[in-house]
Amino acid sequence: MSIQVKFFASLREQVGLSDSTIEQASTAAEVWDLATNKQQQPDNLVVAINLEYAKLNSSVNDGDEVAFFPPVTGG
Amino acid sequence: MVMKSPFFHPLLVADMAAIISEDYFEPWQLISEHQQKSELAKQFGATATFVGSMRDFNDDAHVSEMLLEHYPEMTQRYLEKLEHDAKQQWPIIDCLIAHRVGHIKPADAIVVIACWSAHRRAALDACNWLIEQLKFNAPFWKKESRPDGDVWVEHNTAG
Repeated sequence: MSIQVKFFASLREQVGLSDSTIEQASTAAEVWDLATNKQQQPDNLVVAINLEYAKLNSSVNDGDEVAFFPPVTGG
Repeated sequence: MVMKSPFFHPLLVADMAAIISEDYFEPWQLISEHQQKSELAKQFGATATFVGSMRDFNDDAHVSEMLLEHYPEMTQRYLEKLEHDAKQQWPIIDCLIAHRVGHIKPADAIVVIACWSAHRRAALDACNWLIEQLKFNAPFWKKESRPDGDVWVEHNTAG
């Protein structure tokens, strides 16, 4: 099992990682804990799984891409 | 492609465009060129546009430059989904969304949205909806260069 993990913007700088791979997890929250070595989650943490918005308790599967980022500020 | 308008007249719908660009673009030229090359231009009765540009100030601080980061695969997909969803809600004939990423200077256009419809209400409502959806959901992030250092923008303005 392999899950790709990505971090963007201020969160990338805060975590100190732009991407990572983890072997196994059941939820996005578990992906966060494993990829960040249980760093504290920001209150406004946003999650996407396979390019779609998701929740921290959303399930993850083998081959998924899980992204963590702060609230968006485009436009 | 043919879809039904609310009045059940056949309405042709163009292939819509979502552009993410690292290069400077001139917003009005982009809109004009898109309209001129459209095979459906003779159906356009209304054009609604929104152009968002970079200010040289934010939160009372001078901003000399901006870095716009994005999540490339998700951004492209999300902008195309927005166009699709707008088309489902309003009888728009054509739509253009363009967004800058990378290094941006004050007065540069950041985002362009244009909607074309047979009548004004659809174009105006779709354009307004698209910019609000984009600002609060499309995965872009701004980092501003200020006199005291580079700062990530943490929230959008209310409007």
